[in-house]
Amino acid sequence: MAHVALADRGQALSHPHSFITKYVWSQDHKVIAIQYGITAIAVGVVALVLSGIMRLQLGFPDTFSFIQPSEYYQFVTMHGMIMVIYLLTALFLGGFGNYLIPLMVGARDMVFPYLNMLSYWVYLLSVIILMSSFFVTGGPTGAGWTLYPPQAIMFGTPGAEWGIILMLLSLFVFIIAFTMGGLNYVTTVLQARTRGMTLMRMPLSVWGIFTATVLGLLAFPALLVSAIMMTLDRVLGTSFFMPAMVSMGEQTNYDGGSPVLFQHLFWFFGHPEVYIVALPAFGIVSDLLSTHARKNIFGYRMMVWAIVGIGGLSFIVWAHHMYVSGMNPYFGFFFATTTLIIAVPTAIKVYNWVLTLWRGNIHLNTPMLFAIGFIFTFIHGGLTGIFLGNVVVDLPLSDTYFVVAHFHMVMGVSPILVVFGAIYHWYPKITGKMFDATLGKAHFWLTFLGTYSIYLPMHYLGFLGVPRRYFAYEGIDFIPQSALDLNTAITISALFVAVVQIIFFYNMIWSLFKGKQAGSNPWGATTLEWQTPDTPPIHGNWGPELPVVHRWAYDYSVPGAEEDFIPQNVPESEVDKAAS
Amino acid sequence: MITIVLFIFAMVGFAYWWLWRQRVLEKPWAEVGPKADTREEIGRISSAAKTGLMFFLAVVTSVFALFISAYFLRMELPDWSPVMKPEVLWINTGLLVLGSGAIHWCSKAAASNNLRAVQVSLFATGLFTFTFIYGQLMAWGQLNDEGYYLNSNPANAFFYLFTGLHALHLLGGLWVWSRTTLRVLAGVELEEVRLSVELCRTYWHYLLGVWIVLFGMLLST
Ligand code: HEM
Ligand SMILES: [Cu+2]
Repeated sequence: MAHVALADRGQALSHPHSFITKYVWSQDHKVIAIQYGITAIAVGVVALVLSGIMRLQLGFPDTFSFIQPSEYYQFVTMHGMIMVIYLLTALFLGGFGNYLIPLMVGARDMVFPYLNMLSYWVYLLSVIILMSSFFVTGGPTGAGWTLYPPQAIMFGTPGAEWGIILMLLSLFVFIIAFTMGGLNYVTTVLQARTRGMTLMRMPLSVWGIFTATVLGLLAFPALLVSAIMMTLDRVLGTSFFMPAMVSMGEQTNYDGGSPVLFQHLFWFFGHPEVYIVALPAFGIVSDLLSTHARKNIFGYRMMVWAIVGIGGLSFIVWAHHMYVSGMNPYFGFFFATTTLIIAVPTAIKVYNWVLTLWRGNIHLNTPMLFAIGFIFTFIHGGLTGIFLGNVVVDLPLSDTYFVVAHFHMVMGVSPILVVFGAIYHWYPKITGKMFDATLGKAHFWLTFLGTYSIYLPMHYLGFLGVPRRYFAYEGIDFIPQSALDLNTAITISALFVAVVQIIFFYNMIWSLFKGKQAGSNPWGATTLEWQTPDTPPIHGNWGPELPVVHRWAYDYSVPGAEEDFIPQNVPESEVDKAAS
Repeated sequence: MITIVLFIFAMVGFAYWWLWRQRVLEKPWAEVGPKADTREEIGRISSAAKTGLMFFLAVVTSVFALFISAYFLRMELPDWSPVMKPEVLWINTGLLVLGSGAIHWCSKAAASNNLRAVQVSLFATGLFTFTFIYGQLMAWGQLNDEGYYLNSNPANAFFYLFTGLHALHLLGGLWVWSRTTLRVLAGVELEEVRLSVELCRTYWHYLLGVWIVLFGMLLST
């Protein structure tokens, strides 16, 4: 039987024409991707502003009267939650996943376009609910992004009135949105690949996004379950997590619940979440490095196995976030071991990235700079992770700025660098225009060096024992004046980095109108999204015929071929003609 | 957390086994040409909707496995006192078995193009399932009358949670069921509802399985 790609079966796609159906209620994966991307970046800017305000307080204590301790906690919480979930998860899966999967596997669209559209609007609803908590009595919750009970729902914690309820509701809605999108991404990868696109011919970006989505589908339920039980504790007075307590001199009605149970559930989601963000970044960075070094990715199969292996292992390490929760020490031993085992496939990936660069024909284009920057920050954050994975090292460092430095390096800065690299890389395809390369490079260097000057000093603060989630440090004996001065310096860097992002936004908007035409394949890349008949691709992506895939995604600098890249849809016979 | 870890092991094990069969050992750089996909060779291009449903059921299983994990962890704390199990649950279980049987019959009938049987069995499915949900509400009422309130003991809270969540999932299924039924009543070709009916069948069997696990767990603890 001739293979009919799923997207070509059934009725032909109808092409909507009015503005509303084309750009607002659109079922086109590319429009949905851009909607996801813009929304995620917009909330990301909110989170960035919040971090700037926090840094102002830490760098210049007693200067700003509008930042009180409770606001500080609310900002920490909202900043952390937005960055991890509403920015990075939504951007990598809803944004890049939506844009890249159908184009890269040669499909006309996602397999359930209607569900896909719904996914975006439900996501937007979750963002609106989250943002509305700034305007209710008591403001947003200040429980920390980990939302640990009992303090998360006890009065006395900022936002205990409405903030925490809105936060839980918003997470609930987000998870529904994610599930709708996620079912689409996995099913599209499994069912709608074009002829010749075997699993092992898929670009690593698709592998990363695909595996991350599977992780999300299995791990987000843990957040859902804990959010439901915590809502019941807060609203209906059950005692799933809430122990018997005296609050403000009065015995509460709670009795016998287990806060540690919440921690298990939360981190059963929380650790895989790190990889939900990291795996797409791994995949995308592999493609950027290979394309801009004009060399095939080193050890493709090992890269795939590492992604899949890391995905599996990420489910059995969660309790390394709980070394100080008083659990059985043998558990600590077990989880330290599994944590260190994950370092093996991760290290393999790092070696392979470096070996891809080795003797490559490196073009230091803007996306490439960000990709190489990622290798640095990721190695850095990965090494401190090995420190923290060991119980004896973690105990003194836990809840200090060392931890803040570690997780910002590994899951803050690193994925954000990949996000920038990816936006620059695919911008010519998405808009048809070329961005300004000089501004792009300036943006890279200022951001890269700037973030280093924020986070490198934080490691020293951590060694001194400076605790995280503190509003002020004055008058604490063991914290020397020099540490406070260092905080001022960090704040200046942080504000600098925040302001520098204006270059990026300016570049993106300016180039949209004034940029040079990019052409269909400005980087000379092999993957299918660069071979579309139109740039930007139109609804339906491909002309009358779907592309047929003849080779893997990394045929760069093939000996004997005239050009230094052979697109995936070029058959061997046509390559020979080109050979000199 | 044992339950959820076992579930994850099962999922990861299955995923790895499946990937293995997709020839993850092949050397993609060494082979050029429009190579046939394993999808074709195995000869089972199952439809996208079925794949989507399978993943959805994996998500739902993850939710229930996590609740069950939480149940067993919470049970070990001293304030736990088991909840009464209303007799009506046995009748409800019977109803759900009948509902599941009816939808199974329906998918058989749809396959053999028997319109009359499809109509009857669809109706029966709805009837049994709605009665099941009504019966679950009766169980809630009995518990409330006996003083087993939601917030008086975690065992009660879990009981309401499990039954409520399970019923909500059934309601989701009933929504698809009602759309399918309306289309059958509107007189569309049976061919066009066959897929919906098949998906409903899988979903009903699955939820029956979940209920049996939950019921068994509640009875034995
Ligand atoms: C220039 C960029 C950023 C700056 C200046 C910044 C700054 C901060 C500061 C000052 C804190 C609070 C530390 C404390 O008092 O304990 C914090 C916490 C946090 N940040 Fe960032 N951050 C940035 C980017 C990011 C990104 C991209 C992520 C994404 C993963 C992120 C994730 C978090 C998380 C999860 C927390 C912990 C929140 C909590 O303790 O509940 N941050 N950040
Ligand atoms: Cu972790």
